[in-house]
Amino acid sequence: MNVEAKETMNVEAGQKIKFYQTGTLTVGNRLLDEDLRTVQASEERSNAITSGHRACQGCGEALGARYALDAAMRAANGKIIAVNATGCLEVFSTPYPETSWTLPWLHSLFGNAASVASGVAAALRRLGKADIRVVAQGGDGGTTDIGFACLSGMFERNDDVLYLCYDNQGYMNTGVQRSSATPPTARTATTPAVGTAPGNIFGTGKDVPRIAMAHGIPYVATASVADLHDLERKVTNAMQVRGARYIHILVPCPLGWGTVTNATIRVARLATESGLFPLFEAEHGEIVASSPIRRAVPVEDYLKIQSRFAHLFRPTRDDAHLAALQAIADKNIQRYNLLRNDHGNDARKEAA
Amino acid sequence: MNKPFATTLDVGSSLANHTGSWRTERPVYVDRMPPCNQACPAGENTQDWLYHAEEGNYRTAWESIVRDNPFPAIMGRACYHPCETSCNRGSLDAAVNIHAVERFLGDRAIALGWNIASSEERSGKKVLVVGAGPSGLSAAYHLTLLGHEVTVVEAGAAPGGMMRFGIPAYRLPRTIIDAEIARIVALGVTIRLNEPVEDIPALLEREGFDAAFVAIGAHLAKRVDIPAPDAGKILDAIGVLRELETGESMPRIGRRVIVYGGGNTALDVARSVRRLGEEAIVVYRRTRDKMPAHEFEVSEALEEGVQFHWLRTVTHMTGESITVEKMTLGPDGFPRGTGEYETIEGDALILALGQNVDTHVLDSIPGVEHSADGVVKVGPNMMTGHKGIFAGGDMVPSERTLTVAIGHGKKAARNIDAYLRGIPYVPKVKPALASFERLNTWYYSDAGKTVQPVLEDVRRRSTFEEVVGGLDETNALFEARRCLSCGNCFECDNCFGVCPDNAVIKLPDSAAIERSDSAGSPHSAPFAIDYDYCKGCGVCAAECPCGAIEMVPEEI
Repeated sequence: MNVEAKETMNVEAGQKIKFYQTGTLTVGNRLLDEDLRTVQASEERSNAITSGHRACQGCGEALGARYALDAAMRAANGKIIAVNATGCLEVFSTPYPETSWTLPWLHSLFGNAASVASGVAAALRRLGKADIRVVAQGGDGGTTDIGFACLSGMFERNDDVLYLCYDNQGYMNTGVQRSSATPPTARTATTPAVGTAPGNIFGTGKDVPRIAMAHGIPYVATASVADLHDLERKVTNAMQVRGARYIHILVPCPLGWGTVTNATIRVARLATESGLFPLFEAEHGEIVASSPIRRAVPVEDYLKIQSRFAHLFRPTRDDAHLAALQAIADKNIQRYNLLRNDHGNDARKEAA
Repeated sequence: MNKPFATTLDVGSSLANHTGSWRTERPVYVDRMPPCNQACPAGENTQDWLYHAEEGNYRTAWESIVRDNPFPAIMGRACYHPCETSCNRGSLDAAVNIHAVERFLGDRAIALGWNIASSEERSGKKVLVVGAGPSGLSAAYHLTLLGHEVTVVEAGAAPGGMMRFGIPAYRLPRTIIDAEIARIVALGVTIRLNEPVEDIPALLEREGFDAAFVAIGAHLAKRVDIPAPDAGKILDAIGVLRELETGESMPRIGRRVIVYGGGNTALDVARSVRRLGEEAIVVYRRTRDKMPAHEFEVSEALEEGVQFHWLRTVTHMTGESITVEKMTLGPDGFPRGTGEYETIEGDALILALGQNVDTHVLDSIPGVEHSADGVVKVGPNMMTGHKGIFAGGDMVPSERTLTVAIGHGKKAARNIDAYLRGIPYVPKVKPALASFERLNTWYYSDAGKTVQPVLEDVRRRSTFEEVVGGLDETNALFEARRCLSCGNCFECDNCFGVCPDNAVIKLPDSAAIERSDSAGSPHSAPFAIDYDYCKGCGVCAAECPCGAIEMVPEEI
């Protein structure tokens, strides 16, 4: 064997070594096989919501919608019909006479996206077009409040729809009012930071992913714009099954949360790393997996970069409420077993 | 088509809405100076060769090194790797083991017989290099690559200078030195050995050289006056190391050998004495943390059984012992005598107190100036006061290390080339430093440093075998991939993925394409921003792992 041939062989042998510098944490990686990169790393991604939309700078929802729909499009070979509830996403994507959608897309009312999607699924079944899949999407207002009855009905009938909830924790489009997904102590237009218990009050709100699980539907998951690989994997998983499926995606809102526009992914990451927004998957009502915290942080790290929580720190530090929020995170950490050391990012394990 | 109001809109019609007009800041791709490159005295593009090594393109990686430094296998062993001291990964877990990867590449080049091609274009100019040490050989190599004909004259019997006569074989095997010098000779450099030069201008005249680079090093041992009435044996460190290298048999120095000094040379000689089977005791006037020697030298010496007496100065010697004065450190960090004395048993004393330049060859050259300790004055272009005669390495003002000397050779070569062509040498403008604060370290996998194998203690006390082993391909590749690529795009696609407005474009994957931002400043990232739609949120810049995107205010 001549030396150059030997060299080539060693290069090929090198490809088997599994440590890839940024592992599976970045969107792509030039050293990884294409199929191990995310959908978003590909120039072939469908860009279900394309440029020119009127979302604010750094919008988490525009990002989350593209992440989820592009993954669904790949899983369904591009055959998706999307139904949209009223909300930011609907408003900023379709100001007459423009649309940013590059897939068949329907909007009816604020509260009926789940029902319209059920209807579309029924029509496709009647037409015998099983290859065309249906996705319903809405914000937390359209999902956890206004469309909740329709959503529960869709779950209960196990209609063949993937429902994506983009949770930005409030009615942001209409001027940041409280929803049943707004966290305790958050300042909104309807929960001002005044009085002895400023901001949104403790003990209210709903944990809709767990309510969805209680319906016993085939698939429920939470996801975040801060973990693209995890989000795409969950959407892909959801597309492998038929029946009612629900994914609840955290999509920070720079305007409503009071963060700088470049902090969208960072604040979502801190929500997960603090334990306030646990990432998990459930099948038929049972938790089957959760994503462990990689670099644990106190809830304070997450809260203090958002002006909706500024009153917890200024003019005086509100230790009682900070402790109560930390207790919520601690409960999540315990419930979903988030502080365990098997996050799979350890290079030695990868190489082994 | 007559459409009912707001029922059907054309696909992608939002593209008519150029949201780029909202922007107050624009993201711009930048290339920054990685700290490893910045720290390298030989000016290696460390990050570049690690980038190629990460892909398993070892030949390309090696070719990148030798553009700046002809000695990768030597560097990977004997360089004190300031690149690793400055490596940003050190603030995350542990610095990338850069020198081990360099050694792997250098050894691979030797094993597979890789050679360097010189440019076909010859200038017709002849350059004399005086001294075949690291600086002279580096200059000869670069001058040859630049198209000049180079002759190196060396007073000694073998080329390599301090690489051969100052660094012991257990740190740098001689086969490695021979192989890397042979490659320079194969390139077309003539080396004449055993030829001390007495009159440089006369030699230039006689053989028709157009310029000279003088790099004769610093070989004269500094001495202190130590009374030794009973004719105690006093040697100098550089002499002992040279004797070890050239002597027919191992010299018998003494049974208990005292080494006086705290620099790397002191430790090299003490560790060599241990290998001859004798006891070695280092005496130094300050404390361990004040020693100029590198920490690894001290800890490896301790492992090998070298003893240390810190805060002592030698005042007197007999045939069986030395008398030392105890010192304390003053508030200024300098040692002060206490007036208390003690004796240390020992039958030989080796002085390792530094070296001076032997200037006699320069004294006759008009215009060449040097200071009292022989350090030669050179201009910013490394030219001495005599037109056409340049100088570098240990004989000019600098930190006296191997890699600095090699860097001098390269710098001198570029300036000599400019001198011969009659044009000024203009160094490239260096970009701003890629600091740790600019990184988003979230995206890097947790990965500790790969540790090189070390020779067991017992063999380190009796042989001159190499102490530190090399990495194999598996762990060299792993180590290369630990590079964070500070300040320069490594194609992770994060910006392409995280833009809420699809405003990042992938450029065709070809290195031949000149990439530049809208202001025309070039960058290496294979991406561009679509400013028609970019709203300037800055998420791409915030989520770029390596800090290769900068937000620049728009002119409004």
